Amino acid sequence: MPSLGADMEHGKVVEWLVKPGDYIHKGDLVAAVDTDKTVMDIESFQEGVLAEFLVDIGDTVDVGTPIARITATPAELPPAPPADHGAKAAPPVRHLAHTLGVDVGRISGSGTDGEVTRADVERAAAASGTRAPEPATAPEAHRVRSSPLARRLAAELGVQLSAVTGTGPGGAVTEEDVLAAVPPRGRPAKEAGSEKPAAAPPSEAQPVEAPTAEAPRGTPEEEQPGRKRTTAAGGKAESLRQAIGALMSRSKKEIPHYYLSTTLDLAAAMAWMQAANQQRPVSSRLVPSALLLKATALAAKEEPDMNGFFTKGAFHPSSAVHLGVAVALRHGGIVAPAVHHADTLSLDQLMDQLRDLVGRARAGRLQRAEMADPTITVTNLGDLGVESVYGVIYPPQVAMVGFGKVLEQPWAHNGMLGIRHAAIATLSADHRVSDGLRGGRFLARIDELLQAPEML
Amino acid sequence: MNEQDARQAVEAAIGKVAPDVGPEDLEGSARLRQDLELDSLDFLRLVEVIAEGTGVDIPEADYPAVATVDGLVSYLAGHG
Repeated sequence: MPSLGADMEHGKVVEWLVKPGDYIHKGDLVAAVDTDKTVMDIESFQEGVLAEFLVDIGDTVDVGTPIARITATPAELPPAPPADHGAKAAPPVRHLAHTLGVDVGRISGSGTDGEVTRADVERAAAASGTRAPEPATAPEAHRVRSSPLARRLAAELGVQLSAVTGTGPGGAVTEEDVLAAVPPRGRPAKEAGSEKPAAAPPSEAQPVEAPTAEAPRGTPEEEQPGRKRTTAAGGKAESLRQAIGALMSRSKKEIPHYYLSTTLDLAAAMAWMQAANQQRPVSSRLVPSALLLKATALAAKEEPDMNGFFTKGAFHPSSAVHLGVAVALRHGGIVAPAVHHADTLSLDQLMDQLRDLVGRARAGRLQRAEMADPTITVTNLGDLGVESVYGVIYPPQVAMVGFGKVLEQPWAHNGMLGIRHAAIATLSADHRVSDGLRGGRFLARIDELLQAPEML
Repeated sequence: MNEQDARQAVEAAIGKVAPDVGPEDLEGSARLRQDLELDSLDFLRLVEVIAEGTGVDIPEADYPAVATVDGLVSYLAGHG
């Protein structure tokens, strides 16, 4: 079960896209996984023959849990334990394995390229009866059963899980228990999303390279690795809301946002688009969003400080522009999947991909890479009526562009007052990476590109 | 196309583009953008579905006339 986002802790296999005996190439889609946010198709990180499924349809398992076994050739069924030198594992993981007396070479890795992750090692240790060592700084004195949501909430509110009486199944501590344990004054509104601007995208971009092994996703004492969990009660809309709330809280806590806005002169762009659309059948008509997105992608390509990831204390610019597009879901919530290499697409290609992406996002069928890859995100809330939208940056990205409604506005030009199409573009950017001057140049560049729509 | 056929075509098309919109939401005065929350891509898809189903191709210049359910119905009745 790969991590499909920084805050993803578990996923449910809802569909197998392959069957035992199939030859699978690296990158082939193998399964559909339901996260708290959406259903995503996940690809294989390994090449070989699918030997068996390790979980059943409908099972919810932790990130890092093997869900299928892939062998190099059919002859290896059942496989001989691979030699240690063949196993990929980060040094800290090897160290942990050594501490726990686990042979890394005997573990099938669930990370990128079959890399053995911390979770894999912990699971193997648990299976062989060895216990992961309790960290000296463990906040809880003993193991407390709890839901991921409850733990997250507890961590945010500073509640000791061990001090809370659980009312869930098997005495597990639930979200309500945690809330009940908070002194009334410190209790937050129960709706995690109530303080979140509607424009913020929830999807959780995380560079694919980020090894799961280093993601601090829970300390060993919190739960039995690989333990199956039932889906948190409350349904998808609520869990999506919780996920959005948690991610946006993190963004606002960690990222020093600065905000800029400018009014885009869209006279040329709208006139060009309307003329172009007159020549086109409805199936290939353009919408203003396509022009705005393309201009943003081109500007992001030119302004590396807006495009990339801030991870491990440093900014890593991206040479490719994978433009995240915030898509409102009909039952509430929002996801922001990527249009890959948006700067290189023609307007027609971009338009096709946009329609496809929005359709699949609404249907809940996105691919893992689309959720994980955005290097910068655009929210186009103006399409539904607001004049301007200041987004919350979606970590680990460093910039969020917002477009307001395209309106006819009075416009002074050369000493004359006229009517033009215009829209307010905003930028929320990360002050650890750029300053207002750079951000302003980026917004100005978007406006400039839109003055020559035929070049987009 | 008479008005009844046009209304049926509109309701079918909206049902296809926005399956979550129930029949009770489809009042004649309902605005497609604000009330039914169709964004520009949904709207484009709606125009496309209507063109496929009825043969009426609504040019972009006429979009303001079809901003509500009733507007769309009478446009189709008048052009189909």
